[in-house]
Amino acid sequence: MDYQFHWNTVFQNMPEMLQGAFVTLHVSVLSMLIGTGIAVLLAVAKMNNLKFFSQIAIAWVEVARNTPALFQIYMAYFGLGAFGIHLSPYVAVLSALIFINAGYLAETFRGGFLSIPKTQYSASKSLGMSTFQAYRYIILPQMFRRVYHPMTNQFVWSILMSSLGILVGMSELSGETQRLQSLSFRTLEFFIVAAVLYYLITKLVLLSSMLISRKLFRGEI
Amino acid sequence: MSGMSLFTPLSWNDTGFILTGVWNTVIISVLAIAVGSMLGVIIGFIRAESGKFLNMVLGSLLDILRSVPLIIQLILFSTFIGAMGHPISPFAAGSIVLSLYTMAFMGEVFRSGFESVPHSMNIAARSLGLTAWQTIYHIRFPIGLRSVFPSWLGVALSVIKDSALVSVIGYMELLRTSEQLISRTQQPLAILVGIGIFYFVISYPLSMFGKRIERKMAA
Repeated sequence: MDYQFHWNTVFQNMPEMLQGAFVTLHVSVLSMLIGTGIAVLLAVAKMNNLKFFSQIAIAWVEVARNTPALFQIYMAYFGLGAFGIHLSPYVAVLSALIFINAGYLAETFRGGFLSIPKTQYSASKSLGMSTFQAYRYIILPQMFRRVYHPMTNQFVWSILMSSLGILVGMSELSGETQRLQSLSFRTLEFFIVAAVLYYLITKLVLLSSMLISRKLFRGEI
Repeated sequence: MSGMSLFTPLSWNDTGFILTGVWNTVIISVLAIAVGSMLGVIIGFIRAESGKFLNMVLGSLLDILRSVPLIIQLILFSTFIGAMGHPISPFAAGSIVLSLYTMAFMGEVFRSGFESVPHSMNIAARSLGLTAWQTIYHIRFPIGLRSVFPSWLGVALSVIKDSALVSVIGYMELLRTSEQLISRTQQPLAILVGIGIFYFVISYPLSMFGKRIERKMAA
């Protein structure tokens, strides 16, 4: 082994790496938040009797689940150009992640909805709640409790997949690492540090999700 | 120069080029799924059998493979091999990383399969005079492996999709092929839609099949 490791450059560039890590974190958080909102609508639409809405929801879910994430990102970044829509790398990756998260979570949520007895809905109706109130106060809280763990996994997946931003020149952790290593050619050192940072971020997310779940579902799980 | 285009549109001459990409995607996915599943069975069996300590060590090692993005693993591995003075082809590097990545997920799948086989079956088999190896081969493997088929299929499908990432270290799989065609033809939409349909046509029927089996097993 005649490779000389030089860690100095990496440590000097640590602030920029951490800034990249921050972008990674907030693109995933944003994609989860918006994705969750859309997923609830898709799950409800999929169970809807109106053919039109359920067809759209089914198409969305199946395309999101059965094509590679990289394809979605290319589609958002290069493909939409054909319609005159030119997205920045950040927006392209964000919208691809939203699209995929919504698709995967919709299936999870549908399972969650189906696991809630119909009587819960009729009971809240008979108490004089409107449909919106029944969903807001009775159905959704129970549903989210059941899908909390799959959602955490999806969040971790989003963090890992946001690394594809490297291929469209986004400056999240991977893209930033790529840029920094191209200035110094310490490729190995930079990517080792990036791998460690990703590992730490995912562990941090899992830990905080566990702490939040304790607070949210006290004494229930 | 006016009127002459720098770009040449997509034509039937590109079929061979695209088919090479298709073939490369198929070959690396199949290889990674096969090798990853075999290693995964071994890992899963060891984890289902071993004590707490070994389980924890093995588990946290595999967890690293599942907590670092595949793209970083690919870049790290091929740079590392290169820096050590033994550069290998993108195909070899990609297959190794993708197989190990698959192994990490398959290990979990098979572990839960082996753990789902009740211990009493083991005892029953041994009391019928089967040797330890026969018990594993005739009882635990068939029962444990069959029960996790839907999850196995799910991981296999995600490997097919993740194989697109091997393009980052220069392997000419389908998506990289399409990227090169896009930069030559400047027709991103048509090409990308075609690529999307290819993945969809492979993945969708299999995922439906997996769901049906899962429903059958639950019933």
